[in-house]
Amino acid sequence: MKSSMVVFLKEVRENLRDRRTVINTLVTGPLMAPIIFVLLINTLVTRELDKAEKPLPLPVIGAEYAPNLVAALAQQDVEIKPAPADPERAVREQELDVVLRIPASYPGAWQKGEAAQVELIYDASQRDAGGAVARLRGMLEQYSSRTGSLRLLSRGLAPSILRPLSVAERDQSTPQSRSGNMFAMLPYFFILGGFIGGMALAIDTTAGERERQSLEPLLANPVPRWQILAGKLSATTAFAITTVLLSILAFALVGNFLPTEKIGMRLELGPRFVACTMLVMLPLAALLATLQTLVAAFAKSYREAQTYLSLLMFVPVIPTMMLSLMPVKAQMWMYATPLMGQQVIITRLMRGDPVPAQALALSFACTALAALLASMLTTRVYRSERLAISA
Amino acid sequence: MIEVKDLHKAFGKAKGNRVVAVSGATFRARDGEITGLLGPNGAGKTTTLRCLYTLMQPDRGSVLVDGIDAAADPVAVRRRLGVLPDARGLYKRLTARENIAYFGRLHGLDEATIRARTDAAIAALDMADIADRQTEGFSQGQRVKTAIARALIHDPNNVILDEPTNGLDVMSTRAMREFLLRLKGEGRCVLFSSHIMQEVAALCDRIVVIAKGRVVADNTPQALREKTGESNLEDAFVKLIGSEEGLAA
Repeated sequence: MKSSMVVFLKEVRENLRDRRTVINTLVTGPLMAPIIFVLLINTLVTRELDKAEKPLPLPVIGAEYAPNLVAALAQQDVEIKPAPADPERAVREQELDVVLRIPASYPGAWQKGEAAQVELIYDASQRDAGGAVARLRGMLEQYSSRTGSLRLLSRGLAPSILRPLSVAERDQSTPQSRSGNMFAMLPYFFILGGFIGGMALAIDTTAGERERQSLEPLLANPVPRWQILAGKLSATTAFAITTVLLSILAFALVGNFLPTEKIGMRLELGPRFVACTMLVMLPLAALLATLQTLVAAFAKSYREAQTYLSLLMFVPVIPTMMLSLMPVKAQMWMYATPLMGQQVIITRLMRGDPVPAQALALSFACTALAALLASMLTTRVYRSERLAISA
Repeated sequence: MIEVKDLHKAFGKAKGNRVVAVSGATFRARDGEITGLLGPNGAGKTTTLRCLYTLMQPDRGSVLVDGIDAAADPVAVRRRLGVLPDARGLYKRLTARENIAYFGRLHGLDEATIRARTDAAIAALDMADIADRQTEGFSQGQRVKTAIARALIHDPNNVILDEPTNGLDVMSTRAMREFLLRLKGEGRCVLFSSHIMQEVAALCDRIVVIAKGRVVADNTPQALREKTGESNLEDAFVKLIGSEEGLAA
């Protein structure tokens, strides 16, 4: 084990002398998650606030057919505007969010007490317009039901006849839980941080060592190969873990300054979040560092290794995407799956949901086991003759 | 003492691209002698040496270093060998001294021994001016000196060098020859490979000529000349390997 320590210390010392590696480990990797989230949240908050307070501009076609309706809308902070010549095209080309068309048949139908039709022209694939459309639809429905009630009253009937069922909503979401969806990507950024931290060493200790022709002399030393590899893996893991831990700390600090309350969300970033997140990320950082080393060991050159590792970086996106596209209830097998377990646990911690101690232990143990298996596999690869030869 | 018996090594599994690198090499390198492994490019010299320092496992045959079987105890064999492989890369962000110390620690030497041996090697190889510089930007000669110093940090009885003068200028080549003679004078077993006639002729007590993976001659330079009937060693060599390929000195 002493030889592994010698290898570990040498790799750490050598890489600490490389300014680019140090910057990636201590600055770029850790700051990535906080910076991206500050930008994201700020954009989001600004946009939400803008929308809620601003008057809604609404081009209306045939406003003269329904002066009462138009007046009612205007009262609710809608800015009535003249309509463009081709409203469908204007909406398709995103010049306008939504256009209201009142057909010439409207006054006739209204007078007769029949259902008078109005048309909303919008593009549902434009997410940005969704808020405006929903707001306008709400106003129109309100106007419709108010008028309906008045008509019933004038005929001596109670308006409740038309509403046999009344739905009262009791939303159980909390500010913390609402932020869970938005921050579903966060664990991925911690994982990415680990990737960036371990990348330089994973390549330098394998493909890099081969490329600069120092692997063969190294293997001529009277040290079993697995001990050399153990030293290299520990060094790579140490760098990856440093990046991940700094990343978690940085986010916990910066996250408290995010203006999340303004959009009705809250993050739980206390000591419990920091401690538990670090705990579950530790074995994952080791697993990723080992996988990086394994992949880089197959590469013939530094450049080739970089290409492989960039591809490997996309693998952790898969559970993140799956969980954010189909949010499912957390189950035990999820905790046991590396990557997915971390994803679920970190998201729950942020929302302030309880995470059972067994779940933490299970995630830690299973990921650590996966890391162990991966390092055994890497050791096997390192036993091959082909690997040692430079040219 | 290094003994090689009936060594076989081939690469590639498919019959079409199977390359036989060494087929049945047998020779012996004695203590207090310089043994030259001479052969044209691609004769199997590097593969033979790689089997000696246990980087590769022979398909057949055995390697004994000071009587220890390389197949049975590769770590003990490596402990008794100082190796300057064909690949002699250094860690460019470490100084020459740190490069040497790294290998010393891997051999399990204590810090005082490492320091003393490093100082001795720095004096012997005349590299005091570069010892505390990071090795990035070292010349070929400076790199070889550092690589030799780190290969010999554990004071091995047997020294294996793969084309040690490759890429060196005249002065460095001369220094290398003197260094090899010095190792011999210290009673070590020195085995080096080369494709350069003059070098082998000037240095070796014994020449093992290898061609197409086989040992075609194993004798003193004098005996080789007599055997082939050529007074010139280069002509003797050409006659032995049966062609003129790869003889550029």
